[in-house]
Amino acid sequence: MERQSPLFTVFVYAAALLLAAIILAPVLWLFVMSISSAADLSTKPLNWWPNEIDLSRYRLLLSTIENSAGASFTASLLNSLKVAGMATLAAIAVAVPAAWAVSRTSQISWSLYAVIATYMLPPVALAVPLYMGLAYLGLLNSVFGLALVYLTILAPFTTWLLKSGFDSIPKEIESAAMIDGARLDQILRIITLPLAAPVMATSALFAFLLAWDEFFYALLFTSDLRAKTLTVAISDLAGGRVSDYGLIATAGVLAALPPVLIGLVMQRALISGLTSGGVKG
Amino acid sequence: MSGTWITTRAWLLMLPLLVVMTAVIGWPLIDTVRLSFTDAKLVGTEGTFVGLDNYVKVLGGSSFQRALVTTTWFAVVSVTAEMVIGVLAALLLNQQFRGRTALRALMILPWALPTVVNATLWRLIYNPEYGALNAALTQLGLIDSYRSWLGEPGSALTALIVADCWKNFPLVALIALAALQAVPRDITAASLVDGAGPLNRFRYVIMPYLAGPLLVALVLRTIEAFKVFDLIWVMTRGGPANSTRTLSILVYQEAFSFQRAGSGASLALIVTLLVTVLAVAYAGLVRKAAGAS
Repeated sequence: MERQSPLFTVFVYAAALLLAAIILAPVLWLFVMSISSAADLSTKPLNWWPNEIDLSRYRLLLSTIENSAGASFTASLLNSLKVAGMATLAAIAVAVPAAWAVSRTSQISWSLYAVIATYMLPPVALAVPLYMGLAYLGLLNSVFGLALVYLTILAPFTTWLLKSGFDSIPKEIESAAMIDGARLDQILRIITLPLAAPVMATSALFAFLLAWDEFFYALLFTSDLRAKTLTVAISDLAGGRVSDYGLIATAGVLAALPPVLIGLVMQRALISGLTSGGVKG
Repeated sequence: MSGTWITTRAWLLMLPLLVVMTAVIGWPLIDTVRLSFTDAKLVGTEGTFVGLDNYVKVLGGSSFQRALVTTTWFAVVSVTAEMVIGVLAALLLNQQFRGRTALRALMILPWALPTVVNATLWRLIYNPEYGALNAALTQLGLIDSYRSWLGEPGSALTALIVADCWKNFPLVALIALAALQAVPRDITAASLVDGAGPLNRFRYVIMPYLAGPLLVALVLRTIEAFKVFDLIWVMTRGGPANSTRTLSILVYQEAFSFQRAGSGASLALIVTLLVTVLAVAYAGLVRKAAGAS
């Protein structure tokens, strides 16, 4: 083991503090803004900590009183949940059989590259026909239409993740069951899918986060409370005439909460899922 | 079981995915190609065939050339900074110190923050009247008067790059850290016994393990940076004076703000082509690196 000089140890701790500050400062500031009064946020010199903690914006945004800022925020929150939920379910449903087939059939493994290639496509390459198509189907400004469009991102992404998940489940388990006379649907239902459950859960969570994050298509294809998602609502707030910066910050904190919590939990799930997923199932 | 049946069965299982992808990716892409040869409007007129007119106009226009330069600058500077800071952070996180696990967990934070929230957050920080950056720099005595960081063409793009870096360097750091942890301890120990200095150790002992994963991170980050839209739309909408108008913003304006579907489509395809060239070039690089190590 390397013996560390005291000077080096001091340097390591100083660098660690700097890194922690760089990561934390902006996030903490977002939170502080959300609990500061409007007066504290608009004084010079700026108050870095509020004189008194003001939680009224959280109450306001999470209320459902008609025609309030809260009503439109909660509506967009619900829309985001609906769109991300539907798109994730649909993506997993089409990706599971495809990913298994690609994983187990070397003759068609090339098709995976075609699927991944579409994931690299810039959304602008599809946006105009998708807009016209949705308009034709009457699906503009609809959560169903947006969920459908999100499949352009989620379907290739989940197929890719699930394929490597199935790769880690030994083929031999399936062959053994086949020799014992099990049918394909029995093998998948009783052996493969339960073993793949952790990978499927991880893929679904990642897909959900991807949809929760999406902004470009949501900006193009939604226009009011019926379908507008959280990202569009926040961008409206940030770019609008809102004079209370704390309100914008509060919306940001609320929108960031689910993915940040999932991210912190997933960190462990990711590592343990990779190492123990096949054993425990 | 015969080979043909296995292949047929595989295609049958692929069918739902293929149907979905044809409907939402295949068809729109082909239709974008068709539209790019017409003068169609977004709503109303079907448009007539105009040959290569759109492409000639777009490629010769100053707005495309300027957006290409802006996009390239944004991608090169932010990705380079993200790789350098990310690797430095990973080297730090690979040391022994108290609180290392907590710091590693913190790295998830910027990554998990939705892009739009990140953009909003930095927009508030850069605010010309009450922003935290102005306040901090003034209180530290570094600037005399408040500045409009996003409102001046000279500083807007740099301000965006900082916001992009903050969100994305932790991902590079986590990828690099995973690679660093794969370096066998006895190799680093042996290199120490042989008297290798820190720089030589990094170059000859650690770098071979880092190169592959870093190259993959570089590919993905460059492609993402080249497609950048959300961050810029929320923070500056391409302004001031079009100084932050990247290619994706330009396509949006052409196709949706001005409703010129035809020329918007041709612009979108040029962007797609550029991204494809990047992806293919990098895929070649990755394969070469994988073969070399």
